[in-house]
Amino acid sequence: MSNNKKRQVMNHDAYPDNYIRGILNSVKSIAMVGASPVNVRPSYFAFKYLAQRGYDMIPVNPGHVGKELLGKPFVASLSDIGRPVDMIDIFRNSSHIMPVVEEALALDPLPKVIWMQLGARDDAAAAKAESVGIKVVMNRCPKIEYGRLSSEISWMGVNSRTLSSKRAPAPTQGMRLSLNRMSVGGGDTAASDRAAKNKTEQS
Amino acid sequence: MSDRLPGFSTLAVHAGAQPDPTTGARATPIYQTTSFVFNDADHAASLFGLQAFGNIYTRIGNPTNAVLEERVAALEGGTAALAVASGHAAQVVVLQQLLQPGDEFIAARKLYGGSINQFTHAFKSFGWNVVWADPDDIASFERAVTPRTKAIFIESIANPAGSITDIEAISTVARKAGMPLIVDNTLASPYLIRPIDHGADIVVHSLTKFLGGHGNSLGGIIVDAGTFDWSTGGKYPMLSEPRPEYHGIRLQETFGNFAFAIACRVLGLRDLGPALSPFNAFMILTGIETLPLRMQRHCDNAKAVAEFLAGHPAVASVSYAGLPSDKYHQLARKYAPKGAGAVFTFSLKGGYDAGVNLVSKLQLFSHLANVGDTRSLVIHPASTTHSQLDDAAKVKSGAGPDVVRLSIGIEDKEDLIADLEQALGA
Ligand SMILES: Cc1ncc(COP(=O)(O)O)c(C=O)c1O
Repeated sequence: MSNNKKRQVMNHDAYPDNYIRGILNSVKSIAMVGASPVNVRPSYFAFKYLAQRGYDMIPVNPGHVGKELLGKPFVASLSDIGRPVDMIDIFRNSSHIMPVVEEALALDPLPKVIWMQLGARDDAAAAKAESVGIKVVMNRCPKIEYGRLSSEISWMGVNSRTLSSKRAPAPTQGMRLSLNRMSVGGGDTAASDRAAKNKTEQS
Repeated sequence: MSDRLPGFSTLAVHAGAQPDPTTGARATPIYQTTSFVFNDADHAASLFGLQAFGNIYTRIGNPTNAVLEERVAALEGGTAALAVASGHAAQVVVLQQLLQPGDEFIAARKLYGGSINQFTHAFKSFGWNVVWADPDDIASFERAVTPRTKAIFIESIANPAGSITDIEAISTVARKAGMPLIVDNTLASPYLIRPIDHGADIVVHSLTKFLGGHGNSLGGIIVDAGTFDWSTGGKYPMLSEPRPEYHGIRLQETFGNFAFAIACRVLGLRDLGPALSPFNAFMILTGIETLPLRMQRHCDNAKAVAEFLAGHPAVASVSYAGLPSDKYHQLARKYAPKGAGAVFTFSLKGGYDAGVNLVSKLQLFSHLANVGDTRSLVIHPASTTHSQLDDAAKVKSGAGPDVVRLSIGIEDKEDLIADLEQALGA
């Protein structure tokens, strides 16, 4: 990704499905910063789900080193992982994003994607990562996006904003699901994206 | 995989549905089962803890109902939906998430009579206090706001007179006051009006009416627009605070822009219990597939019938926003350019007795308490749907003693007009 000057500026208020789909289809390993062993925390939900869908999950949390999360040993920091990771998923508040991004930018090789969790957004940190060719997603949950693009989340009455006339296999544990359904802007949630944007601008 | 935008009719047929994974069945199967087996103990725990997507028990969710939910969410442009047993159940479940005993909500005075009744009496016994405002006077909503107000409730097209509500103006009041706007979109259906596009935060429907459309199944639905920030000021603890029944989960934090729909499911439907039968969900889904075709025909027929009545010597007045002379015509052009719906009222010069006489003489129109059927329907609201209101409230809600309400079906309009003509004539 050397030609990053030609790269289109990502609109972080409303991601095209293709962008998210491309990320979830290509990354294999995900380091989750702020992963919690407490089973009612959103990070635990996402960690467990992504592991079940076949991602190689690495829990990063200095407070739990020496313990495991669903069989995966905690590491204290990104630099302790000791092998390349495709994506960093940051489960921290917006005010704690920048130091994690800076840590990620010191990795060699660089991660391909930095993902900030639902509710977390730091445009300056995003610009920094994008300037070296890293793809950034903010204020989204990878579990929700995977569930949406595969339509598995439809079990909960959620608008997946996708259609398919194909017969898909019934999802079982450990199965990777196809994310290649037709996207429907017509079933949009433009209103929700707009509300999120107004909220960011106010804060 | 381009991000192309399919139209409304495509979504009405396809959204939420796909061939059945096990059998390949193309029509959505009726999953007529109470419960679903777990793979193992961990799977069961994950489902009960809301950690995994899947089915547990039909009071909480069902695959047939889920197709209906996603379809209506897509048609309304919402993030998620929850189907329940009736329109009235939808209203209870929505307000249960928003109000604590002693709280207030503001409701437009022009509403379905059953809703006026539900708000005035049943909800009062829960300690939820309704404060009425006049949809023709936007400032009356602003004046009604107090520190205990938690929501505003309106109908997009109001039952019985088919008046059109200025959703955007009222959503501005709601936004300023920091509370969600709930819109009952039953009489418009998303084919005519999508309230979320005009600032609604929550949409409710009686699916019993135009969405199901055939007068054969009761149902209700709640659509989450994903627009409201529930975390501010601890005003909506069901969404923002740790839930003891789920070991401390905070719903907004966990489910983001569809947290309200999840709250309605796991705190409302699960505990109050008004689940929709999967069979009804199937019937309603089948109805929705033809919604765009039916709704246009309903509106075109209604306009023709309203024009006929407006020119008839026995008729004192017609209240239909599709007529250029109507008080609500400008609002109809703005909010419902494809048609002003198919439920409206008219009054007869001969008053109450003439109304009773008309109803008894009609041969195609059915005299019953429903709207939004393929068949044309007629009723005298003052003695039925609005009978529990006092006389002043009847007039205020558009259901005075001389008023007759029609719900125009999809028959041939010439036959409907001929039936009215013979009944008005003699
Ligand atoms: C506008 C409106 N809202 C709600 C309802 C209540 O719906 P249900 O009868 O499905 O409970 C009705 C029923 O007539 C209605 O017309």
